[in-house]
Amino acid sequence: MNPHSILIIIPAFNEEASIANVIASVRRCVPGADIVVINDGSTDRTRSIAEGLGVVVLNHIYNLGIGATMQTGYKYAVAGGYDLAVQFDGDGQHPAEQIKDIIRPVLDGKADLVVGSRFLGEGNYRPSIARGAGMAFFSRLVSAILKERLTDTTSGFRAAGRECINYFSSRYPDDYPEVEALVLLHKKGFSIMEVPVTMTERAGGRSSITPLRSVYYMVKVLLAILVDLIKKT
Amino acid sequence: MYLFQAFAIIGSLLLFFIVIDFIRRGLLKEKYSVLWLACALVITVLSLKKELLDTVAGYIGIAYPPSFLFLVAFIFVLLINLHFSVVISIFHEKNKVLAQEITLVKNALKEAGIDTAGGAKKDDKGLPNG
Repeated sequence: MNPHSILIIIPAFNEEASIANVIASVRRCVPGADIVVINDGSTDRTRSIAEGLGVVVLNHIYNLGIGATMQTGYKYAVAGGYDLAVQFDGDGQHPAEQIKDIIRPVLDGKADLVVGSRFLGEGNYRPSIARGAGMAFFSRLVSAILKERLTDTTSGFRAAGRECINYFSSRYPDDYPEVEALVLLHKKGFSIMEVPVTMTERAGGRSSITPLRSVYYMVKVLLAILVDLIKKT
Repeated sequence: MYLFQAFAIIGSLLLFFIVIDFIRRGLLKEKYSVLWLACALVITVLSLKKELLDTVAGYIGIAYPPSFLFLVAFIFVLLINLHFSVVISIFHEKNKVLAQEITLVKNALKEAGIDTAGGAKKDDKGLPNG
């Protein structure tokens, strides 16, 4: 095992349009890292494309949802004894060039979890008004809970250190996990840090959050956060 | 004896024996039958002992005693449903852990050179299992 073994966890559900490019860009930008694709029961060619590229592909026997998919990645990271794990979406919206930026603070011991924020620095990410309002709301709420300013709590572009990997392997929220995971980490005393990133438009697939689901999203995440605050962990 | 009383006695006894029969035939696990049996017993006792029903109903201010029976039955249905939600949540979590373990074990088998049944064939058709 090299001194800093890094695992890039790529969750993928029906990402045949983008998965090959995502894997290629990760390999180009972080050649020393291992890649694992967690195929969450895709019904398209995601699995065969990823396996054809020679990366490790973990196939869920049926669709378990994004939270369980990330957690499978963290469990794999624990089993492999990795020092650092990066969450990197399979839809191509996360910038592989900036993986090194989000892993740096973890390797330097500055934070247990680093979140790539689209709203720090001069990113050109412009969400719709409704979506932006929701994102701002959760950022404010989580900032208030953590007593620390966070700007992009819904970003799924993250790097986690060893302790964090261990914790996530045993406990990770089910659906829409990003915001809740931050609250859980904070409750457990982990340190969280943001670094600015620029994200591109999605290369393929659709966002899991449709207008109809956004109301459910808000209610679910809000409830989960409030429950997490009173729940024994 | 009022007709409603006979109806309540027959209904609750029927429920009691159906639950017992389900347990006997292995259709219902004992741990999931406790609330059902408690429900049947309480309603049976309350409908057999009309004085008891009248007293309790009067004590909590229900003018028409039979509606207290409905209240008791409703509370039991609520409790049983809540119990189901808890059980489903536990199963959900266990099921997820199980599926994740299968995923990791299958990968370990693959790395050890052991092909799990039908994996390659199904993969070509792009089916999710394998």
